[in-house]
Amino acid sequence: MKSLDAPFFALSDPTRRAILSRLARGEATVMELAEPFEMTQPAVSRHLKVLESAGLIARRVDGAKRPCRLEQKGIQEIDQWLAMMRKALARNYDRLDDVLANMQRKTKGEQQ
Amino acid sequence: MSRMTLKTEGDRIVVVVRRFAAPPELVYRAHTETALVQRWLLGPDGWSMPVCISEARPGGRIRYEWTDGKGGGFYLTGEYVELVPSSKIVHVERMYMPDPTPDNHVETRFDADGSGTLMTMRMTLPNEKTRTAMLATGMEHGMEASYARLDGMM
Repeated sequence: MKSLDAPFFALSDPTRRAILSRLARGEATVMELAEPFEMTQPAVSRHLKVLESAGLIARRVDGAKRPCRLEQKGIQEIDQWLAMMRKALARNYDRLDDVLANMQRKTKGEQQ
Repeated sequence: MSRMTLKTEGDRIVVVVRRFAAPPELVYRAHTETALVQRWLLGPDGWSMPVCISEARPGGRIRYEWTDGKGGGFYLTGEYVELVPSSKIVHVERMYMPDPTPDNHVETRFDADGSGTLMTMRMTLPNEKTRTAMLATGMEHGMEASYARLDGMM
């Protein structure tokens, strides 16, 4: 079974996250990606390889170019976990407040 | 409005603190007894937990299965490591979405706080990279709405 370690590792680097941010706006070539980061194309290519093997981006062949785009499925898996963590925790604890209030009412009822 | 705080500690730790208006004994029970867990550990509205296994003893299994009632679902498995009634739970957990997330080592403490409880949940992730990824993705600009949901986490 595929684990999420690879995508999490891929996301741990700020340059790779910035690349993902750029790709969230649309497809881009290695050259277009290298420009804003003031990086060499081989350096960008190395980051792209990590992102690609983690399933976060996909590349297609367009003549001599290989434009990159976000791989929605990979992004969604990560996103699901992150969103879960944050939102579910807060929502869960609000709900737990109600459960506890209920338990306390019951406990008091038994004592009377 | 959020009475929950979430912050990082060291390289691999995330700490969640939340206050409850009930004594530690009840908060502990609500974390370990299946009939109670199924009433609140549900995530987004509309979800339910049809399968809830919680063998509250060292080495005991944990398995939570959630469904949105429309064919969507995921599950979590784990093992209890240490339990001190009304006071502390140590367990390991991972989520399947369907691929497993990295193991999350969780220590939850329940401390009396006036007539209520101060809960401190300390999650230790396998390495700094995992934790950084978990938290930092949301801090980056422009990662669109999905990651923006992490805002306010720290």
